[in-house]
Amino acid sequence: MEELANLFHGFAVVLQPHNILLMLAGIVLGVIIGVLPGLGGANGIAILLPLTFAMPPTSAIIMLSCIYWGALFGGAITAILFNIPGEPWSVATTFDGHPMAQQGKAGEALTTAFTSSFIGAFVAVVMITFFAPLIADFALKFGPAEFFSVYFLTFASFVGLDKSPPAKTIVSMMIGFALAAVGLDSITGQLRLTFGFTSLLNGFDFLIAVIGLFGIGEILIAMEEGLAFRGVRAGINPKVVWQTWKELLRYWKTALLGSIIGCWMGIKPGGATPGSFMSYGVAKKLSPNGAKFGSGHPEGIVAPETAAHAAGTSALLPMISLGIPGSPTAAVLLGGLLIWGLQPGPLMFVEQKEFVWGLIASMYLGNVVGLIVVLTCVPLFAAILRIPFSVIAPVILVLCAIGAYTVHNSAFDVVVMMLFGVVGYLLRKCDYPLAPMVLAIVLGDKAEEAFRQSLLASQGSFAIFWSNGLVSTIMALGLVALFWPLIQSLLAQWRTRARQAY
Amino acid sequence: MSEHAHSGGGGGPRHRTVELAIASATMLFGLIVIYGSIQAGITWGVEGPRAGFFPFYLGLLIVGGSLVTIAQVLLASDRDRLFAEWGQLRLVLAVIIPALVYVAIIPWLGIYVASALLILVFMIWIGRNPLWWSLTIGLGLPLVTFVVFERLFLIPLPKGPLERMLGF
Repeated sequence: MEELANLFHGFAVVLQPHNILLMLAGIVLGVIIGVLPGLGGANGIAILLPLTFAMPPTSAIIMLSCIYWGALFGGAITAILFNIPGEPWSVATTFDGHPMAQQGKAGEALTTAFTSSFIGAFVAVVMITFFAPLIADFALKFGPAEFFSVYFLTFASFVGLDKSPPAKTIVSMMIGFALAAVGLDSITGQLRLTFGFTSLLNGFDFLIAVIGLFGIGEILIAMEEGLAFRGVRAGINPKVVWQTWKELLRYWKTALLGSIIGCWMGIKPGGATPGSFMSYGVAKKLSPNGAKFGSGHPEGIVAPETAAHAAGTSALLPMISLGIPGSPTAAVLLGGLLIWGLQPGPLMFVEQKEFVWGLIASMYLGNVVGLIVVLTCVPLFAAILRIPFSVIAPVILVLCAIGAYTVHNSAFDVVVMMLFGVVGYLLRKCDYPLAPMVLAIVLGDKAEEAFRQSLLASQGSFAIFWSNGLVSTIMALGLVALFWPLIQSLLAQWRTRARQAY
Repeated sequence: MSEHAHSGGGGGPRHRTVELAIASATMLFGLIVIYGSIQAGITWGVEGPRAGFFPFYLGLLIVGGSLVTIAQVLLASDRDRLFAEWGQLRLVLAVIIPALVYVAIIPWLGIYVASALLILVFMIWIGRNPLWWSLTIGLGLPLVTFVVFERLFLIPLPKGPLERMLGF
């Protein structure tokens, strides 16, 4: 039980007064970011990242990860009160959440959502506490070929699991890798793909891409839809909370199932959204109340919310243990680690014990604080949505510009950020997924390094990716993920044919 | 989001046209990557794979994926779907154009003055907000930013003639 001892040490770090203050600030900022259109977890954290450069890394990660929890909670507010999913994984929450709010049970719906989120996150954090050190320990034995196979699995899952057309996912991802390749080649020290432009020497920073693609792109889409918010008013008082909690006890099975589905899906990149839908679908089939789903039944909120939060939390597992983020937001946190001078990956558990366990402890406390904050301050946060968009849009534009500038103190970056914004708007409108592009920009150099080092070791033979049981298994999993839609349709065909044969 | 049903009259560019334009653009990007990789060397050198080795294949995949997308769009049946209505695009351009002007004037005016101008222009002309409200946000936000960044966190942001005049 060395983990528990380390965890308690982590709690001691987090419970210092200034860290608790940062935690509160992070949660409040996070909920605001989650509620505002145009700001999500990923770009919100990217914009605030420069403010943390001067902080000690542990305090910085506490604040930033709390922004993430806050943003996750915030998504449920817009989904239930305004029928606008703040994030894609809140879509399933609107199915039952908004009808409940319309029936005058907004307080119950919100309490259900927040509590479910909390349970999902809690289960995932417990899982991280015990699995992350194991995986990190295991990964210490990884060579470049194994690391490349994990990257391969990561990106193959995007192609197979994402709803977007595979060709578009591949194009978007490869553009990300290509952007990461621009500039100085880390192995040979040669310049490439700069075509003589000195401003391209350092390549493209993914933080700039995140702020542009998600921040500006989101504003443009919101502008096009001419957002007119018409929300339901909500009040939460202790009586409502207490009664809802009593009722929620009955749905413990759905909550547990949702959390497990979420944990499982969240480890794979882009898993939160399919996880929330899957949990909703499974609960609808298994629950005795299944027929009432969609008309405003609390169990229809419990299922997707537990799964989405469990997934959002467990997306941090591969980031902490392997240095491979499972979502764009985790990627931004990883970018933060690099800037604070920490090397993400399995060695962190050995070399940066205090930091890692501080982070894990802050996940526990952050979610408790988050639950209290959202339950008490809902009307305040809902009021933010009533600010006209013509006020919010220019303010967010300014914040994005400041965020982009402060990454490298470069005005050129601000221009690049705007261009990313326009490109992001067009790509999103045409169903190109943006998360794989962002992750590819972050991981591009490392994936390439692993690829080339493996080939160097094998003198150019691709057989190295099948050279031992571990690397072959991961590669095979990657191939299955890559061709998953194809395999699924083949299986379905085979099943119908088998049935016809009878 | 693109499944959003747009009712009402008003024409606009076809979705298909935009799809084809984007796929052509990504293909061009892929070709540029391939060209740049060949320049950097895609063969096996003394030090192992040379700098263009990895990007070369990325370029090939981008071109391949773009071709598949183009073929899919050409074969698709929903030819009349609109990308967006002109009225909607006008709103989008109403953000893009001021924003582009904004990023262009930051190096000359500094970020504080430029931000104030952007917010004022946007809130008064596009949002038609009351003047006092626009002035509060337009002047207040840059001031708050100034205090937070330059004073609290000691992060210098770009400054222009106005700040120099005031002695910062």
